[in-house]
Amino acid sequence: MQKFIARRMVVTVFTILLVSLIVFVMVRVSGDPRTLLLDDYASIEDYDELTANLGLDKPLFTQYAIFLRHALVLDFGDSVVDEQPVTATILQRLPATLQLGLAAFIFSLVIGIPLGILSSVKRDSVWDHVGKVVALLGQSLPPFWLGIMLMFFFAVTLDWVPPSGRFEWNSFILPAITLGWFTTAANMRLVRSSMLTALDSEYIKLARAKGVSESVIVWKHALKNAIIPPLTFMGVTLGTLVTGSIVAEAVFAWPGIGLLAFDALRQSDYAMLQGIIIFFTLMYVGTSLAVDILYAYLDPRIRFA
Amino acid sequence: MNQPLLSVEDLHVRFRTPLGDVHAIRGISFSIERGQIMGLVGETGCGKSMTGRSILRLVPQPGEITRGRILFEGRDLMPLSEDEMHKIRGERIAMIYQDPAAALNPVFSIGQQIFMVMEQHQANSDVDTRQRVIQLLEDVGLPEPMTLYNAYPHELSGGMQQRAMIAMALSSDPSLLIADEPTTALDVTIQAQILDLLITLQRSRGISILLITHNLGIVAETCQRVVVLYAGRIAEQGDVGDIFHRPHHPYTKGLLAALPNPGSRGNALNVIPGRVPSGLDLPPGCTFAPRCEYVMDHCSQHQPGLFTVSPSHEAACFLHEEVGGKKP
Ligand SMILES: Nc1ncnc2c1ncn2[C@@H]1O[C@H](COP(=O)(O)OP(=O)(O)O)[C@@H](O)[C@H]1O
Ligand SMILES: [Mg+2]
Repeated sequence: MQKFIARRMVVTVFTILLVSLIVFVMVRVSGDPRTLLLDDYASIEDYDELTANLGLDKPLFTQYAIFLRHALVLDFGDSVVDEQPVTATILQRLPATLQLGLAAFIFSLVIGIPLGILSSVKRDSVWDHVGKVVALLGQSLPPFWLGIMLMFFFAVTLDWVPPSGRFEWNSFILPAITLGWFTTAANMRLVRSSMLTALDSEYIKLARAKGVSESVIVWKHALKNAIIPPLTFMGVTLGTLVTGSIVAEAVFAWPGIGLLAFDALRQSDYAMLQGIIIFFTLMYVGTSLAVDILYAYLDPRIRFA
Repeated sequence: MNQPLLSVEDLHVRFRTPLGDVHAIRGISFSIERGQIMGLVGETGCGKSMTGRSILRLVPQPGEITRGRILFEGRDLMPLSEDEMHKIRGERIAMIYQDPAAALNPVFSIGQQIFMVMEQHQANSDVDTRQRVIQLLEDVGLPEPMTLYNAYPHELSGGMQQRAMIAMALSSDPSLLIADEPTTALDVTIQAQILDLLITLQRSRGISILLITHNLGIVAETCQRVVVLYAGRIAEQGDVGDIFHRPHHPYTKGLLAALPNPGSRGNALNVIPGRVPSGLDLPPGCTFAPRCEYVMDHCSQHQPGLFTVSPSHEAACFLHEEVGGKKP
């Protein structure tokens, strides 16, 4: 177990390093930040001064080292647009995104898992059909369209919740559903199929032959096996909930990092984008590490590998 | 007290499939005495597993028991409610399977699994139950039961896994153990050890065992009585001596001839030509007729019933009638 975690940690560190390198390179090749930062009336001296300020006169390797050193203390420089430190702005937006991501995640678990279990246990029942429809819609409806439709029905027509922004307590509901929709459907499908596999296994036959009651069979013997494959997937989705927030936040004007990224993209705020990408990476990698450890805890075959 | 522990009477099992009805079991009757090991043999697909599972009323979908009685400890199991069956399964009749690696739940430790099963049916304290589990692990010959309690199935060898499954089966002190090909997945030396364990358990606990196998060699070593199944019917049944020394049914003779014989060196295995007919379209008359080397004209029109060869011995073959046995 310790070895497994240690191995995963090393991989995680390398992933982050790799991403930082990619971000670093991409920012360099996507255009000269100096042309962006300087206006048409800048002099050659201005240009040289900026070059020195940004460290662009140093060799590339040194530049990367400097970038890393700053990144290590989460310093990504100032926004090109409002000249505020990028990290401060991101941190200020972080709670809104976390709130939305968490709500979407809970939504996808609370709806997806029980529905998956129900439709596997009661095959061809109403629940199974509901599950199939959810799975189909979840994978075929584009989130931005779903978001607009939800807004139209529940906010505009029915007026149950506010259409956008983050003011009233219930304003998170629609963006959370929009964000968690795909994940809900995916969770449901995965839980259903792995429950069907588990319920069909020899150890379930043995448990039945030992007179174990049906509810214990479903909730204890089968589910503990069946939850493992969806769990790895949830690790991935936790990450997509973070990155997928761009669409949901843009549609509902939810003031989180997703909306920040959307705006930074429109305004070519490369410093901000760089910071956001690194932040997203950290969250993504951090959650999958956490899930992998949980996974190992649940599956003894990994725990002792 | 001459009542057998288990009597299966006129059991029929049918599978409804899109291709039509499959008559997997077609009217079989046999009984097992207390403390007896009975072998149930036949080629793959002849209905051995379904017979075993019918006793527990666990025929998988889309199969169902369409007729018959299962008298166990004097009462018919067929009319029992599902709750009452849970008690029978958990306490009186235990089952073990061919592939212990698949039959043990991979995410619970050996001890936990047995503990959980015992917890379902007994109201002892946790400490007592744990103690019982460790005792059981020791009884089935597992070394270091304390350590094994916390081991997971994948950490055990095949033979140890099978022992663990037997321990689980014994946890409720059942009077009947149904062992469905318990050694097929194991290599030969381990096979012998597991069979020895079953014999020991029968002797020390007086438990009855229904040993399902396709290997007559195993039957010769372990059983007192034998039922030979063919295509969902009984071809022949008798005491071990009857079957091995005085076989009457050509199918039994074929199975015996197919046994590897240490005496006849270098001889290729004698295999009965042809294969078991599908339960979908059974030939009229005797189902073994197409493969039988003694086949007679009326074999393909009439189905033979069981003829009594001796008080302990019955065979379903017209040949026996020819040579002057009495009609049923
Ligand atoms: N799911 C099923 N659908 C249709 N027929 C089945 C099914 N399961 C078993 N059978 C029928 O039952 C017969 C007996 O099966 P089984 O008892 O497993 O054989 P054995 O254990 O002797 O190898 C098979 O030959 C097959 O015709
Ligand atoms: Mg079988």
